[in-house]
Amino acid sequence: MQWETVIGLEIHAQLATRSKIFSGASTAFGAEPNTQACTIDLGLPGVLPVLNREVVRMAITFGVAIEAEIATRSVFARKNYFYPDLPKGYQISQFELPIVGKGRVEIELEDGTLKPVGVTRAHLEEDAGKSLHEDFHGMTGVDLNRAGTPLLEIVSEPDMRSAKEAVAYAKKIHQIVQYLGICDGNMQEGSFRCDANVSVRPKGGPLGTRAELKNLNSFRFLERAINIEVERQIDLIEGGGTVVQETRLYDADKDETRSMRSKEEANDYRYFPDPDLLPVELDAGLMEAVRAGMPELPDAKRARFARDYGLSSYDAAVLTASKGLADYFELAAKVAGDAKLVANWVMGEFSGALNKAGLALEQSPVSAEQLGGMLLRIVDKTISGRIAKQVFEAMWAGEGSADRIIEAQGLKQITDSGAIEAVVDAVLAVNAEQVANYRNADEKKRPKMLGFFVGQVMKQSKGKANPNQVNELLLKKL
Amino acid sequence: MHNKSIAELALGLRAGEFTSVELTRTHLDRIASHNPQLNCLISVCEETALQEAELADRRIRAGDAGQLLGIPIIHKDIFCTDGVKTSCGSKMLDNFIAPYDAHVVELLKQAGAVMLGKSNMDEFAMGSSNENSFYGPVHNPWQAGAVPGGSSGGSAAAVAARLCVAATGTDTGGSIRQPAAFCGITGLKPTYGRVSRYGMIAFASSLDQGGPMARSAEDAATLLQVMAGFDSRDSTSAEQPVPDYAATLNDDLNGLRIGVPKEYLGEGLETAIADSIQLALDEYVRLGAELVEISLPNTHLGVPTYYVVAPAECSSNLSRFDGVRYGYRCSEPRDLEDLYKRSRGEGFGAEVKRRIMIGTYALSAGYYDAYYLKAQKIRHLISDDFRAAFERVDVIMGPTAPSTAFGIGEKAADPVTMYLSDIYTIAVNLAGLPGMSIPVRPINGMPVGLQLIGNYFQEARLLNVAHQLQQATNWHTATPAGFE
Amino acid sequence: MSLERSDVEKIAHLARLAVSEDELEAVTADLSNILHLVAQMETADTTGVEPMAHPLHMVQRVREDAVSETDQREKFQAIAPLTEEGLYLVPRVIE
Repeated sequence: MQWETVIGLEIHAQLATRSKIFSGASTAFGAEPNTQACTIDLGLPGVLPVLNREVVRMAITFGVAIEAEIATRSVFARKNYFYPDLPKGYQISQFELPIVGKGRVEIELEDGTLKPVGVTRAHLEEDAGKSLHEDFHGMTGVDLNRAGTPLLEIVSEPDMRSAKEAVAYAKKIHQIVQYLGICDGNMQEGSFRCDANVSVRPKGGPLGTRAELKNLNSFRFLERAINIEVERQIDLIEGGGTVVQETRLYDADKDETRSMRSKEEANDYRYFPDPDLLPVELDAGLMEAVRAGMPELPDAKRARFARDYGLSSYDAAVLTASKGLADYFELAAKVAGDAKLVANWVMGEFSGALNKAGLALEQSPVSAEQLGGMLLRIVDKTISGRIAKQVFEAMWAGEGSADRIIEAQGLKQITDSGAIEAVVDAVLAVNAEQVANYRNADEKKRPKMLGFFVGQVMKQSKGKANPNQVNELLLKKL
Repeated sequence: MHNKSIAELALGLRAGEFTSVELTRTHLDRIASHNPQLNCLISVCEETALQEAELADRRIRAGDAGQLLGIPIIHKDIFCTDGVKTSCGSKMLDNFIAPYDAHVVELLKQAGAVMLGKSNMDEFAMGSSNENSFYGPVHNPWQAGAVPGGSSGGSAAAVAARLCVAATGTDTGGSIRQPAAFCGITGLKPTYGRVSRYGMIAFASSLDQGGPMARSAEDAATLLQVMAGFDSRDSTSAEQPVPDYAATLNDDLNGLRIGVPKEYLGEGLETAIADSIQLALDEYVRLGAELVEISLPNTHLGVPTYYVVAPAECSSNLSRFDGVRYGYRCSEPRDLEDLYKRSRGEGFGAEVKRRIMIGTYALSAGYYDAYYLKAQKIRHLISDDFRAAFERVDVIMGPTAPSTAFGIGEKAADPVTMYLSDIYTIAVNLAGLPGMSIPVRPINGMPVGLQLIGNYFQEARLLNVAHQLQQATNWHTATPAGFE
Repeated sequence: MSLERSDVEKIAHLARLAVSEDELEAVTADLSNILHLVAQMETADTTGVEPMAHPLHMVQRVREDAVSETDQREKFQAIAPLTEEGLYLVPRVIE
């Protein structure tokens, strides 16, 4: 039978605020347990939530970015269930009236075609704390620092048909929230979390029963878990079984998904409007400010890069994958003036160096201005591309600007034709036999033979002779 | 000293006739001699009260002129008090030392009021008799063996017995007004949003409201002046200016239109109470008011609606009591579920559990529309009844409760009968309006309360109307025997 | 509306309340009586009536995004039943 996979994603993006959604406690990552859990986060008796202005602005910004309907009136509701990391016994979320309604994004498939993916809704809610299962005399420890951290839950339509599409969609949302500056996107720290609803059906048939996959804290795991789950479901059905609706946890070590029975039972959340909070009404002024302050989004930036810098669609996509990289490229290109050269360097040498050192873009020892400054020296022929690699390594090692390194190491390209001619003459004199061979050789074989002389000249000039001039002179003299 | 009004006490303190320490001592002594019998206090804060009194005396000598400076009060044990046990009348919080002050507590502290202690109450404010307290029932000072009403029964009894000058209470369905009526004192439930709920342990968030309980409208006005006002920590707090309540107390009542709902004087009301109410209304007519018969046609739906809305909210509000971060935790839990179920099962009393279960049921899948949503709609109808009435009248009057204080144990076995004793007060909470209870002619020595209902944020009007009756009559000055 | 014992067991579980076998019957009767009272709501015609969640027609206020709280772990955990190394302890949670 021909099976079709149906996938919808629920993405929790932690909003990059200073304080929590309903309290003035810090959201900074990595603090000592429970030192950033105030009376409100702990759910002490008598405390009340007050909404953080920034979360509303951020949610609306996201809504505008995905061309969604922004609710003129949204309502916070309580989702009731008992769990140790949920201090109040309910999570403040949005249920019937979310702040962001239907929207859409476009993902690029492997063959380059674009596919729209619907966003059903995006709503605001508070995060829960963390249960630590290390052994405390057989008990679980609860850290509530994360409790109350603002989340934007972005729910997609079941529009994806493969793990690859799901990853493309997740990456797209990841890119958008980072571009908007509303989420740091750090998946290791849990700032960006994906749950996947996965089902299979005979191609064209009615929707199958779905399983919800959790604990997908990297794009790789997301893809892997979906593929494994699809296989499991198909095997199950083909073996005469049926898929049950349940939550399954992806175990990366065992590379399997397994049922989370503990979260299954009594799935009756008893949602109702939170009486401690009032309806959030859309403020026209805020809406206007959000629209006015809307940054250039990934798709627009990519199109502009291709158009204005003459880059290939692929290169433009790579360079706009993150806003940081795009900004880096643009600044370096502005300094150097040759966008294609800069693009090659940013995607090649520079990205390679970052990867090798295991550094994030923000940690790069070479700034965009520095890289641009060096590439400018290629453009103005002060150094050759080959020497540039040497200069780059020195810059990476912290030896200062390109100009300083070129000066200190005497790497300036020799462009004085007299000086180059002297070297060329010397090389030709020493290699009389090869000169004779060259002159007797067939036209077709000559370019390859010329390389030998070029190499000799470059060697003699310690790589500093201008390669073009060397070529010209050699051709003339031979 | 313990029979003086706040204004008289403030004058005496300033004139140096007595000190706040002396005044505080007097009340502490009264508590020591009467509380064992009345059981109206859960905690007595003798040491800190005397320290606060000393501080107040210094401020008075320095010329500080606050009306409440040095005045001994009691807080209902539902208000969080930093460093002092805040039990909410529950075993669940018997060991709970609140790590912060409620907004109301903060304000009264700043005003220099001296906190004598924390008053007994129905567990988590759920009850109309004070019998639902982990700390045992409170006795009505007017008759041992009778209930003081609830849930702010401890506060009402303490004020009536002159164990404090005034007290704070909270009212979700009548919990200030009904005990005020049963104990013969003056109690005011302000408009929803008038007094911050921050630090007031929640029962039903959309209905709860704190307010003053005192021996006169004038004293209540002084307390409310300090308690009322916007608080940014409570999202439901109203950004409305607080008028000078004392300034309008003496406005005359000429032309005042008093609405008398026919539904409040019909079936189910004791005739003697109806007579007492009529007597008070007649007095108002003498004071220049005009009586207008009105109808609040959805009155009979108040109690059923309330017993969906309040339990639904409480079922969620009380989920935080799980034995993990504070409060009661069962011994030796087998697993997580056992920890939850036994901590909550053992920590909560029967009435609290009943309401949690009713609320859980009303919100559960398949029942939400029929119960919770339906109740919210009827709430709208009830609110509209009042809206229509206030187009014709300035204030609505009727009985606070259908009977006088009943005996301890009399209604305890039947929750539904108990619920019906709040029939006249509940609708006011559902609508969010301000309501008051003031003493009128007693029946067989037992107090009777007249309920005054005002339009939104019309507390000044209510206090004025109540004060005028208290200027013309002496019902509010009656003191229970043995507590003179 | 009358409840069965099994309904009460289900509700008690949702609400995480231990109700013993001995109590179950009385609780079932009490809750049924309350629901009987509540059933009077059915007499009201609420066609076209908007549900009212709040007494006042106010909208949510917002606060500035600023950190105003300091670490008070010691004070907060002084009232906790069981803590270790700054963590609240609960019986082992199995996922």
